[in-house]
Amino acid sequence: MSQEIKGKERYKSGVIPYKKMGYWDSDYVPKDTDVIALFRITPQPGVDHEEAAAAVAGESSTATWTVVWTDRLTACELYRAKAYRSELVPNTGPGTKTEAQYFAYIAYDLDLFEAGSIANLTASIIGNVFGFKAVKALRLEDMRIPVAYLKTFQGPATGVVVERERLDKFGRPLLGATTKPKLGLSGRNYGRVVYEGLKGGLDFMKDDENINSQPFMHWRDRFLYCMEAVNKASAATGEVKGHYLNVTAGTMEDMYERAEFAKSLGSVIIMIDLVIGYTAIQSMAKWARKNDMILHLHRAGNSTYSRQKNHGMNFRVICKWMRMAGVDHIHAGTVVGKLEGDPLMIKGFYDTLREPRTPVSLETGLFFDQDWASLNKVMPVASGGIHAGQMHQLLDYLGEDVILQFGGGTIGHPMGIQAGAVANRVALEAMVLARNEGRDYVKEGPQILEDAAKWCTPLKQALETWKDITFNYESTDTADFVPSTTASV
Amino acid sequence: MMTNIGNRLTQGQFSFLPPLTDKQISAQIKYALKNGWAIGIEYTDDPHPRNTYWEMFGNPMFDLKDPAGILAEINDCRKTYPSHYIRVTAFNSTRGVESPTMSYIVNRPKTEPGFGLIRQEVEGRSVRYTIHSYATDKPEAERY
Repeated sequence: MSQEIKGKERYKSGVIPYKKMGYWDSDYVPKDTDVIALFRITPQPGVDHEEAAAAVAGESSTATWTVVWTDRLTACELYRAKAYRSELVPNTGPGTKTEAQYFAYIAYDLDLFEAGSIANLTASIIGNVFGFKAVKALRLEDMRIPVAYLKTFQGPATGVVVERERLDKFGRPLLGATTKPKLGLSGRNYGRVVYEGLKGGLDFMKDDENINSQPFMHWRDRFLYCMEAVNKASAATGEVKGHYLNVTAGTMEDMYERAEFAKSLGSVIIMIDLVIGYTAIQSMAKWARKNDMILHLHRAGNSTYSRQKNHGMNFRVICKWMRMAGVDHIHAGTVVGKLEGDPLMIKGFYDTLREPRTPVSLETGLFFDQDWASLNKVMPVASGGIHAGQMHQLLDYLGEDVILQFGGGTIGHPMGIQAGAVANRVALEAMVLARNEGRDYVKEGPQILEDAAKWCTPLKQALETWKDITFNYESTDTADFVPSTTASV
Repeated sequence: MMTNIGNRLTQGQFSFLPPLTDKQISAQIKYALKNGWAIGIEYTDDPHPRNTYWEMFGNPMFDLKDPAGILAEINDCRKTYPSHYIRVTAFNSTRGVESPTMSYIVNRPKTEPGFGLIRQEVEGRSVRYTIHSYATDKPEAERY
């Protein structure tokens, strides 16, 4: 129910609670065209949770701290975001170890946002409110983007389907590796690593996020040597190969210059980092669409705001924004590798990137039914501390439309980089073959790998080298809801 | 001859594994049929990585649901073109995919000539690369 004060009283100078200003309405039914945001709110002690929700709605839409008469010159009721639901987060509050947190649902009218602009969307939703004193901590958990708004975005420049067609690679995850060491190699030495990995059997090699243009290797040198490596490996194997040339730079002009050079050399793919910002990402996505280029995004920086559960934003929201912004690849977790990732949470990210529609699934952290309106699919990238011995788990958790990046797991192979690449490719193909044959490949995985290792020495060596390597740490970002076997009716 | 590990063209899903037996091919056919995908057989004597359109050994078999029948077609193609590259492709017509979802090689020439890399040196240190399929040095149908 709305507790809004109406008429003349509403606009008397002074300060009134947000709830009474019209930012809370428990009867509100969101329109199909509304943008909906779900926040996790930790109110300051003594602040009513509905008032905190109303405050977030107010500060992320039209409100300021005090009443202003100029509201009355506008259709202000439409522009006010409406908090319409606030409920206690499971396992928080009295009787638990965590102070009370609330999930607040807030609806925004479509007219609050500029078409096709992630910058504008985020300036509202995460613009001011995260520093707001009335809340102790605030986290953006999920968003429902209406089809009407999605249709104003280009979406992935290439998309999973067309990427596979261009690369002529179907029915298996793609394989990649990040060139290591990530800093210090000269262009010539760097290209050597790229050539060995690709000739050995990887589909892609990759620059790391902080490889741009440093004293030890300027970008033009890197591009020239990498393209020599890519083409030579392509001729040696008869396959399309690629190297993600990172065009991240200090200005848009520099990025365009680098992207144009990559194109002139015949690269199939370029790369950018998340830290370049939403507008720069959208610009590069448009450039990539126009120039037949696949666009890889490294999520550099995301953990500064996505990892802690009570404040910041969930990575699934970044996945949504990046699918809208138009990247073709994004690093989205490995489950079994060295970086943060709860299996259910990562399933939620992968579904968000790849599915045509994602229904509500609280256990994987998806709070809304989201129709993706035929926006292309993004290829998730699994990178960081994974190796051939985990192939059955990787295929099981991550599926087929994914790029498995074995950096150390390729370059660190005792018999060299080509052998490392062979080990990964053989493990992958053996596992896909077994899965398609209907075998219980997750259970039989180690045996399937052992069998292949009998005729493939590089795989045998890889399994021996990394057999005991696991990263079993508890995740910090986990589900609030326990999976349930009973269907809701 | 190709010089990569395995000395062979590595296109397709299973080129790093030992050549698939008929039994293994049948299992892959069953997997495709179970998913409702149509299987097509294609052959070529020019396996250039950007040679997208291999010749079709008939249309994709939309209505043939019998793995043994499809395997017979594959073997028929092998008999007709014993020294060509032959690949089996599965087509998924689901909305949002509408593209191949499997592709693997089931036949290849005894010795694979491979590819040369032609470098055209242009402005600055830039190079224009051309991948040349050695097989195409001979006219079509006289290559292996």
